[in-house]
Amino acid sequence: MSKKDRKKSLSNRSQLGMIAFRFSKNKLAMLGLIVIAVLMIVCISAPLFIDYTLVYKQSMAVRLKGPGTEGHILGTDQFGRDLLARIIYGGRISLLAGLAVVGMALVVGVILGGCAGYFGGKVDNVIMRICDVFMAVPRMLLSMAVVAALGQGTFNMLIALTVAAFPGFARTVRASIMTLRNQEYVEAAKCCGTSSSRIIFKHVVPNGLGPVIVSATLQLGGTILAIASLGFLGIGVSSPTPEWGTILSENRTNIRYYPYLGFVPGFFIAISVMCLNFVGDGLRDALDPRTKN
Amino acid sequence: MGKYILKRLLLLIPVVIGITFFIYLIMSVAPGDPARLILGENATAEEIAAKRLELGLDDPLIVRYINYMAGVLHGDLGFSWYSGYDVMQEFLSRLPNTVTLGLLSNLITICIGIPLGILAAQHQYGPIDYTTLVIAMLFSSMPAFWFGLMAQIYLSINLKWFPATGAGDLYHFILPAITLSTGGLAGQVRLTRTSILEVNKLDYVRTARSKGCSENQIVMHHVLRNALLPVITSIGGHFATILGGAIVTESVFAIPGVASLMINAVKVRDVPVVMGVIVFISVFVGVVNLLVDLCYAAVDPRVKLTA
Repeated sequence: MSKKDRKKSLSNRSQLGMIAFRFSKNKLAMLGLIVIAVLMIVCISAPLFIDYTLVYKQSMAVRLKGPGTEGHILGTDQFGRDLLARIIYGGRISLLAGLAVVGMALVVGVILGGCAGYFGGKVDNVIMRICDVFMAVPRMLLSMAVVAALGQGTFNMLIALTVAAFPGFARTVRASIMTLRNQEYVEAAKCCGTSSSRIIFKHVVPNGLGPVIVSATLQLGGTILAIASLGFLGIGVSSPTPEWGTILSENRTNIRYYPYLGFVPGFFIAISVMCLNFVGDGLRDALDPRTKN
Repeated sequence: MGKYILKRLLLLIPVVIGITFFIYLIMSVAPGDPARLILGENATAEEIAAKRLELGLDDPLIVRYINYMAGVLHGDLGFSWYSGYDVMQEFLSRLPNTVTLGLLSNLITICIGIPLGILAAQHQYGPIDYTTLVIAMLFSSMPAFWFGLMAQIYLSINLKWFPATGAGDLYHFILPAITLSTGGLAGQVRLTRTSILEVNKLDYVRTARSKGCSENQIVMHHVLRNALLPVITSIGGHFATILGGAIVTESVFAIPGVASLMINAVKVRDVPVVMGVIVFISVFVGVVNLLVDLCYAAVDPRVKLTA
């Protein structure tokens, strides 16, 4: 395609098309997206090709067999449980829990940040001071304190991570609404007599969504890491339920002599977090081409 | 200046009150009787009632909270419900380990992150740039506990280069500090890179270039001075992240620090210890951020400290 043709085809694209086009030009981001998509599809469709009973089925005859053993592609752990099955079903928990936390934090963050940004004044002040309070303590410590308060368990852990994550979203949403509120096109819409709800949902929200999507993607990686860390410390998802951090934790004593037990779960955590970061970066560049210069 | 510092310190008060009250509140409304948790399932009703009285659990929430905060103001963080130790004293004995770990790992992040950021910026969009960014990202995406465990096994146990666990001399802290610094590495590299690229476009840099300054001189004398300003600010935020990450690292390397105190306390719901860590860390993070802002104003005379 000649340069002129390309320019022409670019100008014909919709806003969304432009973003998709810029994103697809980013090799790292595309790689990240593909890997994450494959991981998610494999994890979600796991019951189609791996029997769920394998996750818990213990067999002392095949304990601590290395990767490549017949019937156990990634080997087995100290109880003879199939590592591949545990990793894949663990991935469902790690990834879905990550999505759940980001989703809940997003809902709370968008509502609070939206109110703060749109109403301004006292409402803004109160909401932002509340967010300041939650941001004063490192996320990991705050989540642990909330787990301590509510008691251990997967659901409580999700709540704890949400509490630690929502202020970031609230700030992002507020900042983007604040800048948009006084834009000329919003004023123009007001002059045309457009209703408030139409202005918010038709003009402000779609334009303010960019930074929120980017920070949600990046937060997803951080959340998966936090879930794994809590699992590793023994205060997140508890063994024998498979979760990537928990799997690492339960094999901790054997890692020295059977390094694959440490390598495999760590590899999956690192790969998914890294790919999510690549996707997040790619989205940021695609949504706001000015940042990349 | 003094007024600014005072105002910033005063602003810490509502934050500390807010966060402690929040944790206190949910700890109180959460199901389960702490007295029963401490004494076990076999405790009699009388024993539980006596324990509740001893811990002051029968008082209304607000009264308990005010009593607790009054203690905090007197430097008394209470006693651990389970082990009975004085929380404040336990903290003070453990604090040097956590601070050493935090400072050392911050130092490592800065010493590696900033030069790598400069390198990446100087080779913008080249293979060196991409390699640096991808490697830094890889390190940041690894779970700290995984990196720590692997480093412990290969470098300490197999090669015997470093002590595997504990906190003796500074030598004990090298591996944990490296582990802890991996998380912030990518952020540091990218921030430095972006910041340098932004300053690079400014007029005075172009002037320096047209004067015929060597590329090294431009970077070291002209660009870095201004480009490192945002980097200084990031160090404060980074310190807070490090304190969070320290929990995992201290656990992996069995370092008796403040953060690792939290793990057991969370498992058994030891309220005074958890509250103590929260109070302590929130004040600590606030003070570090204040110090960073003061440094920022000292380095850049254009920054005016107005509270």
